[in-house]
Amino acid sequence: MPSMPMNVALRSAMDVMLGRDENVVAFGEDVGYFGGVFRATEGLQAKYGSHRVFDTPIAEGGIIGAAVGMCAYGLRPVVEIQFADYVYPGLDQLISEAARLRYRSSAEFTAPLTVRMPCGGGIHGGQTHSQSPESLFTHVCGLKTVMPSNPYDAKGLLIAAIEDNDPVIFLEPKRIYNGPFDGHYDRPIVPWSSHPLGEVPDGYYRVPLGSAAVRRAGEDLTVLTYGTMVHVTEAAVAETGVDAEIIDLRTLLPLDTDTIEASVKKTGRCVIVHEATRTSGFGAELAASVQESCFYQLEAPIERVTGWDTPYPHAQEWDYFPGPARVGAAFTRVMEA
Amino acid sequence: MTEAAPLRFKVPEPPARPGDQPDFSYVGLSEAGSVRRPAVDVDPAAMRDLAYAMIRVLDDNGVAIGPWSPDVTADDLRRGLRAMIKTRVYDDRMQNAQRQGKTSFYIRCTGEEAFAVGQALELGPRDMFFPTYRQQGWLIARDWPLVDMMCQVFSNENDRLHGRQLPVMYSARDVGFFTISGNLGTQYIQAVGWAMAAAIKGDTCISSGVVGEGATAEADFHHALTFASTYQAPVILNVVNNQWAISSFQGIAGGGSSTFAARALGFAIPALRVDGNDYLAVISATRWAAERARANCGPTLIEWVTYRVAPHSSSDDPSRYRPADEWKAWPLGDPIDRLKAHLIVRGEWSDDRHAEQQVEIRDEVQSALKQAESYGTLLDGRVASAKSIFEDVFEVMPQHLQRQRRQLEG
Repeated sequence: MPSMPMNVALRSAMDVMLGRDENVVAFGEDVGYFGGVFRATEGLQAKYGSHRVFDTPIAEGGIIGAAVGMCAYGLRPVVEIQFADYVYPGLDQLISEAARLRYRSSAEFTAPLTVRMPCGGGIHGGQTHSQSPESLFTHVCGLKTVMPSNPYDAKGLLIAAIEDNDPVIFLEPKRIYNGPFDGHYDRPIVPWSSHPLGEVPDGYYRVPLGSAAVRRAGEDLTVLTYGTMVHVTEAAVAETGVDAEIIDLRTLLPLDTDTIEASVKKTGRCVIVHEATRTSGFGAELAASVQESCFYQLEAPIERVTGWDTPYPHAQEWDYFPGPARVGAAFTRVMEA
Repeated sequence: MTEAAPLRFKVPEPPARPGDQPDFSYVGLSEAGSVRRPAVDVDPAAMRDLAYAMIRVLDDNGVAIGPWSPDVTADDLRRGLRAMIKTRVYDDRMQNAQRQGKTSFYIRCTGEEAFAVGQALELGPRDMFFPTYRQQGWLIARDWPLVDMMCQVFSNENDRLHGRQLPVMYSARDVGFFTISGNLGTQYIQAVGWAMAAAIKGDTCISSGVVGEGATAEADFHHALTFASTYQAPVILNVVNNQWAISSFQGIAGGGSSTFAARALGFAIPALRVDGNDYLAVISATRWAAERARANCGPTLIEWVTYRVAPHSSSDDPSRYRPADEWKAWPLGDPIDRLKAHLIVRGEWSDDRHAEQQVEIRDEVQSALKQAESYGTLLDGRVASAKSIFEDVFEVMPQHLQRQRRQLEG
C-alpha cells in the first residue's frame, strides 16, 4: 500500500470521486491550475478539465452560495475555503441556506456539498491562519462536521463526505498535512511515511461519518480528542505513563456517543482535548454529554485541555498551543482526584 | 494651512413622508417605444445607455409600440392577464385569512404581478427561478395548485412543507420554483451557481434570480454579479425595484446615486431598465435576456421599475413612513389595468369579459380556500404534526435527533 501525506490522501479522495461521479466538481481560491495553496487539488484540473476543477473569485460567500445553487441543479460540489479563518463571509450561505435547504423544502432541494478547509495552528500562521472554528458548525442544525487525524481516515472520510447527501464541513488540521505532529515543535519533523496510518489505498474506500476510532485502548482514563490533538495526546500518554484510552472522534456531528459512553463507563475518568478556544467550545458539549450518560460512573471531574480564550497569537504560538505538557498535567489532576 | 470645513454626513430622505404630496419625479421615465433594441449578441459596452433609459412597450392608450413590442398572441396575453388577476384575488383572500387568525403572516405582491407572471410564462419548463417572497405570481401563472399554496400558508396537515417553513415561503421544484429563503439576497448567487452547473453539464436550460432593490446592498448581489460575469453564466439577474424595502426608500440602498441597472456596467453585464408594470415589456425584456443566455452570450441584469402598493407584509403599516395614497401617484400605473386596456385596444377583450373573468376567478379562489381550510388553519389548531419537527434535518435521522424526538413524545 502506498504511503501518502494527508494532503495527498485528500487529493486522492477527490481524484477517486471526480472519476466515479460526473456530478462531482471541485473549486475554490487557487484550486484550479495551481492546485491549492496546500496542494490538495494539484493535477486535478489537468486530469478532469477546467469545467470540473476551477479557480474562483476571492469570495467565500460567493463560493458557497454558488455551490448551493449547483446542488439545486444536481451537482455534488467539493469546495475549498483556503483557510478555515476565511469561512466567515460564507456563514450565511452555510447556516441559513446549505444547512436548511432540505428542511425548509421538505427535501425538494438538498445540499450534498462538502466544504473543505484547513484549520488549526502550529504553522506560525497567527490569528488569521490558525483557528479551529468547529464548534460554530456543530451548533448548526443540518451540518455534519468532520476532522480527520491521519491520511487513511482523511481519504476515507472525504469520500464518505462527498457521497453524503447533506452538507459536510470537512476540517483539515493543516499542521498534520505532512506528518503526525505531537506538539514537540522543537524536535525534527516526522513524516507520514513512518506512521501506519500514512498507508493509504489508491482506490475507493470509505470511513463512515459518525464513527469514532479507539486509537489506544486503556484502563485509567478516557481522552476524547480529534485532529492534531490525537497525536499530542499520544505523546502525553507516552510521557506520563498513564494508561489512557484515546478516542479519536473523527466526526463531531453526528457524534459517536456509543463509543464515548462505553469507554468512560469503563475508565470512570475523562479528559477532553482540543485546540480550539475553551468557552462554548466543542469540549463543553462533550463534557455535558459525558456527564448525562456517565455521571454515576465518574470518579473525577471531567477536565478540558484547550486553546486559551484569546485570539491565536503569532510569536507566542507555543504558549498558546495545548502541547503534551498541558495534556499530561490534566492526566495527573484527573488521576489524583 | 487653511481651516478645514466640518464634514457633512448625508442620510438620504425620500421625497415624501406621511402627509406630504407624493412625488415620483425622481423616477426617470422614457416614452413608450423610444428605447432601441440591440441584437442579443451585442457588445455590452455598446448598450450602456439602456441602463439609464426605461424600456416601455405600452403607450398611454394601451397600444404596443417600438422595437421592444413582442410578438405575442392574444391567447398568451389573456393567460398572463388571468394569472395576474388570480394572483391579486389570491393575495386579497389570504390577507383576509391572516386578519382572521388563520395564518400568522402574509405577503402580498399587489401592483407587482407583471414581473413574476410574465417570467413564468416566458421562460421554459426546465428553467429554474430563484424567487424572493413576492413572486407568488409565478406559481399561479404555472397553475401550481392554489389549494397547495393555501395549505402552506395555513401550515396545516396538507402543507407539503409540513408546517416547518414560514407562510408564503413556498417550494415548488416541479414548476421550476426554488425554495424561498427569508434571508434576503441569498438566492441571487445560488441562481448563478445553478446556471454555472447547467453550463458545466452542457445543458440547454437557464436560471433566473430575483432580488429586491433593497437587498442589492447584500454581499450576495455583488457575489452574483462577480461570478456571473467571470463565468459568463446563463442567468437572468432581476432587480425588482418596488421603491420600498419595508420602511426604507430605494435611496437607502444607494438608488439616489444611479439606477440599479447601472450596477451591472462595471461587470460588463448588459443592463436593461424596464417598466415593470408593462406586461409586454416584461415578456420582451425577459425574452431578450433568455435568448442571450441560451446563445452563450452570458448574463443580463434587468431592473424592473415597479411600486410596492401593498405593505411589506401583514406585520407592516406603511402609512407610518410614506404617504398613504402614494400609490395613486405612481407614474407607471397598474399592470392589470394596462394589459386589460391593451387587449381591449387590440379587439381581444372587453369590460364585460373582464368582469366575468373576475367573478369566475373569485369563485375559483373561494372554492380552493374552502377546501384548504377544511384541512386546518392556525385558528382551529389543525397544524402539521409535531413529529415532523425532526424530519428532513438530515437525510437519515441521527441518534441525537431520535433521542430528542422520543423526549418530545414523552
